[in-house]
Amino acid sequence: MFLYIVRRIFQTIPVMIGVTLAVFLMMHLIPGDAAKIMAGENANPEQIEQMRENLGLNEPLYQQYFSFIGNAVQGDLGNSIRTSRAVTSEIFDSRFWITVQLALVGTVLAVIFGLLAGIISATRKYSFADVSLMVIALFGLSMPNFWLGIMLIYLFSVNLGWFPVAGWGTWEHMILPAITLGTAGAAIIARMTRSSMLEVMDQDYIRTAYAKGVSDKLVIYKHGLRNALIPVVTVVGLQFGTLLGGAVITETVFAVNGLGRLVIDSIRAHDFPMVQGTILVCAVLFVVVNTMVDISYRLLNKRIDLN
Amino acid sequence: MSLTKEESILEVRNLRTSFFTDEGEVKAVDGVDFSIEKGKTLGIVGESGSGKSITSLSILRLLQEPVGRIKEGEVIFKGEDLLKKSKKQMMAIRGNNISMIFQEPMTSLNPTLTCGEQIAESIRIHQKLNKKKAWEKSVEMLKLVGIPSPEKRAKQYPFELSGGMRQRVMIAISLACNPELLIADEPTTALDVTIQAQILELIKKLQEDMGTSLMIITHDLGVVAEMCDKVAVMYCGKVVEYADVKTVFTDPKHPYTIGLLNSVPKHDEDVEGDLAIITGSVPSPFNLPSGCSFAPRCPSAKEICHATLPELAETSDGDKVRCWIYTDQWEKEGEAVSRHE
Repeated sequence: MFLYIVRRIFQTIPVMIGVTLAVFLMMHLIPGDAAKIMAGENANPEQIEQMRENLGLNEPLYQQYFSFIGNAVQGDLGNSIRTSRAVTSEIFDSRFWITVQLALVGTVLAVIFGLLAGIISATRKYSFADVSLMVIALFGLSMPNFWLGIMLIYLFSVNLGWFPVAGWGTWEHMILPAITLGTAGAAIIARMTRSSMLEVMDQDYIRTAYAKGVSDKLVIYKHGLRNALIPVVTVVGLQFGTLLGGAVITETVFAVNGLGRLVIDSIRAHDFPMVQGTILVCAVLFVVVNTMVDISYRLLNKRIDLN
Repeated sequence: MSLTKEESILEVRNLRTSFFTDEGEVKAVDGVDFSIEKGKTLGIVGESGSGKSITSLSILRLLQEPVGRIKEGEVIFKGEDLLKKSKKQMMAIRGNNISMIFQEPMTSLNPTLTCGEQIAESIRIHQKLNKKKAWEKSVEMLKLVGIPSPEKRAKQYPFELSGGMRQRVMIAISLACNPELLIADEPTTALDVTIQAQILELIKKLQEDMGTSLMIITHDLGVVAEMCDKVAVMYCGKVVEYADVKTVFTDPKHPYTIGLLNSVPKHDEDVEGDLAIITGSVPSPFNLPSGCSFAPRCPSAKEICHATLPELAETSDGDKVRCWIYTDQWEKEGEAVSRHE
């Protein structure tokens, strides 16, 4: 198991190289002269040339990449054009943690409600509860984030006054954005759990468990769910990644100062180092989460080949 | 020949189990009667779809409701009708008083639990032992079923074991609580021939050591000859012949049983021509023929066979057979009428 984890961590290295390469090349693939854009509209040719020199754009591409990597592993992602602060401190001072918190709470909500709904549906196949839960899940899956967010604000903040309309700070600020983020995930998890559970409950070993005199509850949770969770875990991991992406819209709707909003604001301001840094951090986070999912997958499913 | 109540551990009377599908009702088990004496072995023989497995699942009430349902009958285990027991009472009986071994050792064990955990589970449920004691007992059980280095094997997952080993684990699970009755549903069908003999020997030995009664379901007449004291031959959800194992092999009565025995290749005879077969095929469960279900395939069927279903009646030597040939009615009937399709 330990060896597997080590190997799995080493496997992320090529992925990380690919990610940094993509992020780095982005700067060079976007139309227009980056130095020109960054120097500003009123800059004269000398200033642009100066900017190009500062950014190291005159050096060969591979050299630029290596110095980018070299700086990145030392925690230096350059400085923001907009605020002149270091990109890393812009990201990690608070914004990164806000988004991670939001995504985590969203995921936890999605897992709790998704699993519950899936289990209830699967154990009461074709019942009223099953049909209504699956209709709700379909609804949750089909609703766009921004619309759901606005509707939640309208209902719970404006009309009922239970939660603040926007902003960040207390747990009350977190509820509505987390629900907005987690709804689609909960719907996917619910549907996945249901179908996986139905398949598992038809297996021979479930009949064996009943033949041993195991109670319904234990058969469902110990024998059924444990096996049914295997495909669900993958979905949960992928969902977390989607949540990071979904945070861009949700944070904008709820005026939360997280990574998502940082990206939007930075793109608007042509703040390339900032955009580059944020995307890199998100990509790394996504890789880390997926590695963790793979490891937990292995813990659940003993049959996965160790090689 | 008939059994008194005290001797038999299990008595099944007029058991009827049906499946309700979109296409209609399938009478999988249609009025089955038999009994098992204490410490003895009953074999249930028949082709696929004759209702053997459904009979065994009905006894333990393991059918997937509401698709499969026991419509009527009695399953008397030690004097009490299992069909009248509550869900909780059934849970206490399953795996404890009556255990079951299934056909597919590859899929009958939970892939996410170690073999030891799966054996210990029923021990903990029924014997209320603590975790450590139950684990020790499960290692002991693995040793009993002839698994080498049981301590190591107990910690392994089913996928790490071969088919024969897994079936040994299944046997260990089923015998962990010293059941009075063991139901083995084609325990060797999915195994290699060499392993089959080992598993059968193991079941037989443990049955003798523990004094367990055994109900073995098979389509292999060799297994029947080897293992059983009595045999119930099933066809289309009904018992067509119910007799001592010796009588079935030396003096089979029902034309279906005769056909089955004739179609077994005999290694001590020179093979000339084709192997004997039973003409026709098993009728569709949705559209069973009226009268005796075997009549369309029966070489001696007369008009009455196609018209009316015979009773499972005792013959002069004490065996039971469901066939008009052994009734007084038979002589009064005309010539055989063939209705082969």
